[in-house]
Amino acid sequence: MAIERSGSKLFKFYLPLVMYLVFLLFPFYWMVNTVFKSDKELYDMSLNPFYIHHPTVHNIVRLFTETIFLRWMANTFFVAILATLISLAASLLAAYAIQRLRFKTSGPTGVAIFLAYLIPQTILFIPLASIIFKLKLWDSLWALVLTYPTFLVPFCTWLLMGYFKSIPKEMEECAMIDGASRIRIFWKIILPLCLPGVLSAGIFCFTLSWNEYLYALAFISSSAKKTVPIGLVTELVRGDIYHWGSLMAGALCASVPVALVYSFFVEQYVAGMTGALKE
Amino acid sequence: MESESIYDRPPGMRQRFSRALENPTVLGLLFVAPAELLLLVFLAYPFVLGIWLGFTDTIVGRQGHYIGWQNYIDLVNDTQFWLTAFNTFFYTVIAVILKAVLGIGLAVVLNRDFKAKGLVRAIVLLPWIIPTALSALCFWWLYDATFSGISWALVRLGIIDHYINFLGDPWNARWSLIAANVWRGVPFFTIGLLAGLQTISPDLYEAADIDGAGSWKKFRRITLPLLTPLLTVVTVFSTIWTFADFQLVWIITKGGPAGATHIFGTLSYERAMQGGHFGMGAAISNFMLPVLVICVLIAFMFLKKED
Repeated sequence: MAIERSGSKLFKFYLPLVMYLVFLLFPFYWMVNTVFKSDKELYDMSLNPFYIHHPTVHNIVRLFTETIFLRWMANTFFVAILATLISLAASLLAAYAIQRLRFKTSGPTGVAIFLAYLIPQTILFIPLASIIFKLKLWDSLWALVLTYPTFLVPFCTWLLMGYFKSIPKEMEECAMIDGASRIRIFWKIILPLCLPGVLSAGIFCFTLSWNEYLYALAFISSSAKKTVPIGLVTELVRGDIYHWGSLMAGALCASVPVALVYSFFVEQYVAGMTGALKE
Repeated sequence: MESESIYDRPPGMRQRFSRALENPTVLGLLFVAPAELLLLVFLAYPFVLGIWLGFTDTIVGRQGHYIGWQNYIDLVNDTQFWLTAFNTFFYTVIAVILKAVLGIGLAVVLNRDFKAKGLVRAIVLLPWIIPTALSALCFWWLYDATFSGISWALVRLGIIDHYINFLGDPWNARWSLIAANVWRGVPFFTIGLLAGLQTISPDLYEAADIDGAGSWKKFRRITLPLLTPLLTVVTVFSTIWTFADFQLVWIITKGGPAGATHIFGTLSYERAMQGGHFGMGAAISNFMLPVLVICVLIAFMFLKKED
């Protein structure tokens, strides 16, 4: 009986779990495995490619000394942080207004913001490019700072609306009876209570901005202004020469900030993701 | 207190202003204004402009003229466009089905208490968190015709006798792209559905156990029906994102070999940004709209029902 039960657990749980994990982690293994190999070893077909025979950090050194990788990282940080702050401020106000003030057009406004979330970037980038051009923002990081909130604000507003819903109305009503103004209530009572929601929304904004590809590819052309994903793909692949070692080193290093933010706030991330789906 | 002083003195500008802010409609519209302004200028306006551009012959740096349906007529007579339309639907349908099946599977596996559950869940989400452009780079390298570890392993195991030309052959390239997309999208299904699974009462399964129902029957009769609303929302989102994908395909194949793996997003980028034909590019993007509208309607119907 005991043997049978543990056998069924093996087939129903451990085996599928291990297969899934191998599938999900294999590309990361391949990435790390490439980073620490020398070119000579990488292109030697007689060696087992799954094993690093002579580990080297040459690829990472080359990435930092022969490309402006750090500049791309700085650009990405600049855009991601500014876009996050703008989006958080705008969405906090909007979500509070739609969920709590219940003004005349709050219903349709909420629906419009949800719809905005569903419009993909692939439909918008061509007309946006012509607008960016007319605003003289072409090849400027500000083009990204201003356009990223278009996909961040709808999502954050949606997420924060859920948080505002969970704060009891009585708290506001009590404060109002005590003579506090609505602005004061928002600032002193509502905001501190929904800090976990703000944190969750902020993490989403940061990671989404860090990961953005299409707008950065379409609106930025000079290499000193590129964000990390664009810089890696366009500058490390020249013609037919692929610097695979350095490319993978770049992919690994550029993933680190996102992975760090994520590892600290994984609970908030999951809560935000599932909360947004259930709303 | 502040509120008393408003009534004691004749109202000045400041008082009138702060009293206006107590009106929910005034304050509400004021609070919504920044978000609305941003979305109006950089989302609603470009959305409408895109539809208009599709009816013009705009070329980068030159004002276009209205040319009616000419772009669409050109596209309908363009074999590359039809191949692209086929690829887009094939890519979307197959990838979303695989993501849903594998995603539900993993969610069911994870829906029990075990040691290191938090860690496993964090690992499962990794492909979703890591910038897609960077994991796409990794897949590109993994699909190398000469140095792919997959080919090496399969040859050594005796399953195949020559290295797979992953991206050089149209069908190999399509399946390779789908695999990369599935890899990236499974975590979204799993984590989204896991939250739903956890709300299903264990009593239901116990009752089914007493009635002698097997695992498959329990999944089919209890899990799936209760999960359907959430599954629909997750699937709609995933369908929109997969249908309007760009970066995975652009980085791994650039639409190649010889245009065989273009989807709407990459073809419109190629025509508009590389060829400079903004009008034509916008017309290609606009072909995405009908599918998008259907997805949005489905999402709405379900959200309404939930309320």
